[in-house]
Amino acid sequence: MSKAVIDALVQRLPEAVYDPYVGVGGDDCAFVRRERIVEVCRALKQDLGFDMAPYVTAVDYLGQTPRFEVVYECYSTKANARVRLRVKVGEGEELPSVTSVWRGANWFERYVFDMYGIPVTGHPDLRRLLMYPEFEGNPLRKDYPLRGRQPLVPEREIHDIFRGPGPATRD
Amino acid sequence: MSSDLDTLPVIATRRDEAQSWLQKIVSKGVGWGRKYSLFQYPFVTACCGMEYMSLQMARYDLDRFGAAAPRFTPRQADLLMVVGTINCKQAPVLRRVYEQMAEPKWVMAFGVCASSGGFYDNYATVQGIDRIIPVDVYVPGCPPRPEQVIDAIILLQKKIQDQPHKLFDREKPPLPPAGR
Repeated sequence: MSKAVIDALVQRLPEAVYDPYVGVGGDDCAFVRRERIVEVCRALKQDLGFDMAPYVTAVDYLGQTPRFEVVYECYSTKANARVRLRVKVGEGEELPSVTSVWRGANWFERYVFDMYGIPVTGHPDLRRLLMYPEFEGNPLRKDYPLRGRQPLVPEREIHDIFRGPGPATRD
Repeated sequence: MSSDLDTLPVIATRRDEAQSWLQKIVSKGVGWGRKYSLFQYPFVTACCGMEYMSLQMARYDLDRFGAAAPRFTPRQADLLMVVGTINCKQAPVLRRVYEQMAEPKWVMAFGVCASSGGFYDNYATVQGIDRIIPVDVYVPGCPPRPEQVIDAIILLQKKIQDQPHKLFDREKPPLPPAGR
């Protein structure tokens, strides 16, 4: 099933999707060009029925260029099939947001921004997800110091006790 | 090595002696009362909480040592038990909970994570809660055996008994500075 999906993707967008291969767990994977990721994801969702992005994360290959790789796990609830897309992102390069395709990718992209420092363009609310705003650096980068400590911060004012700190415009 | 206290002559008038004698009796009595009625505030953040639960249940039964009733508001508690890992984002909350407790108050670091950070030697974890608040008794272990905690409670009771207590204490104790 997913082999057919990857083949269909390559056929549909041959210059955006390249190097398809079968992953270790049997999932089919492919590399996607960074600028075309939204287009590929939209095709994957609308035409091929992959209606869920259960996980989006990143990998830091320190010493290689491009340095980072953002990994999108896509899942089709109808066909029970999985596809993995990998996007190579260089240091300081911006990643287009796929929240317009899958709303659930919102927090994963914030996670990628928080932990790896990859700026995501077009994200509705790009803030740190896990660490506090005063935190300097990105802790899952390989060049983050192993015993890097940050100064403790004072308690922040909570404006909305039910929803916690955050902008009022969020959903 | 001798301190100045050993060499200086102790001069006390009869009035001082009488006062200190009465104060000692009062302090002993109040301390006796306080050490056997430790109302705890369990600040449970991690897996040590399971051990805390078993400690409170019938088999280990902290009620035997007068520390029976967990209060779920810090304003009614005497003993802050920090049970589990404290991360940097949580540190100001823990400090606020400590500041909300009424005097006199004691703090127990329950488990190795609260005592020293434990094996969470990383960017997100406070390396011991004594960087934020003063700690009276540390309990090692991951998680500590209930007997260890009972031992710590007995040690804390000994410490409370030896402390000077006053019937009326109008002095405001200074807050410790927040460290890293």
